[in-house]
Amino acid sequence: MSTLIALAVVFAELSLLAFGGTNSILPEMQRQTVEVHHWLAEHEFAALFALAQAAPGPNMMVVSLIGWRVAGLAGALTTTAAVATPSSILTLLVSGAWYRFRDKPWRKALQTGLMPVTAGLLMASAALLTTATTLDWTTAAVTVAATGLFLFTRFNPLLVLAAAAVLGALGFVA
Amino acid sequence: MSDTHPTPTLAALFLNFFTIGLCGFGGVGPWARRMVVEQRRWMSAAEFTDMLGLCQFLPGGNVMNLTIALGARFHGIPGAIAAFLGLMTGPVAIVIGLGAIYDQYAGLPAVRHAFAALAAAASALVIANALKIAEPLRKRPLAAAVATVTFVTIALLRLPLLAALPVLALASTALLWRFGR
Repeated sequence: MSTLIALAVVFAELSLLAFGGTNSILPEMQRQTVEVHHWLAEHEFAALFALAQAAPGPNMMVVSLIGWRVAGLAGALTTTAAVATPSSILTLLVSGAWYRFRDKPWRKALQTGLMPVTAGLLMASAALLTTATTLDWTTAAVTVAATGLFLFTRFNPLLVLAAAAVLGALGFVA
Repeated sequence: MSDTHPTPTLAALFLNFFTIGLCGFGGVGPWARRMVVEQRRWMSAAEFTDMLGLCQFLPGGNVMNLTIALGARFHGIPGAIAAFLGLMTGPVAIVIGLGAIYDQYAGLPAVRHAFAALAAAASALVIANALKIAEPLRKRPLAAAVATVTFVTIALLRLPLLAALPVLALASTALLWRFGR
């Protein structure tokens, strides 16, 4: 029970910090689950993130998966509800007022100000995940090649992920 | 709203977002727009863009916030809950299933190697996303400096986000407001 409460507290706090979506809180999610609470090893966190990419749905399925890994089905429901509730309440409260403030200059200023912070958070997420998933030169090569494909081609990302998994299964990676 | 924009029932909110949850890989935003604007015509494209803009601005998953705002607009809190549960039920069940399968077979070398490669490619997805978001900062040195300070604070110094984010967000807003134009 105390684990469920701790999970709820950690993910409820993350909820209100997730500016720019769930990927921007990956570094803090990793800090809390790996370094502060020792629920997961660093490579486990990266593996769960990878697994979550193979599931359909919104970009936040890693949250449910971490809950499941730490405390089973109750854990998954706890983390999912905890990460959803505070931001949802805020959305309910603000969505009415937002349209009234549409033309206020401070709304534009806040949006402009948050943008580079979000960019920095996403870069931090990318750096921390890549550190955890780079085991040797073959995994590094997969990351570099896949980044190129995601940036410069219009391949379905799921195909690229699947191709990487097949290369791995055949023994070409790590 | 005119009669060309029908009001969805609670069941319709649940079922349509249930479908969206299952069909979108790597983010469901584009699918949500197609369903809401083009297929069901619950809102005009402009209304949808405005609502999505709010949901991207607020903390939390973008499409998750969208289910809340859109559901609430038609049916208050019950509408928000119906749309949210519709979006999340399928993906949560599937991701737990994947976790169970992974646990079952994680001992096999082929599965371990497949996962090492999948994880490396998943990192690439986050790198590519970060680069796309950061690209417009190249021509704005002050904003680029804010992004760099944020990166150092979170990735290298590993300061808690709860303390760092309000300071960074307010400092960034003040700096760009004063010197950004």
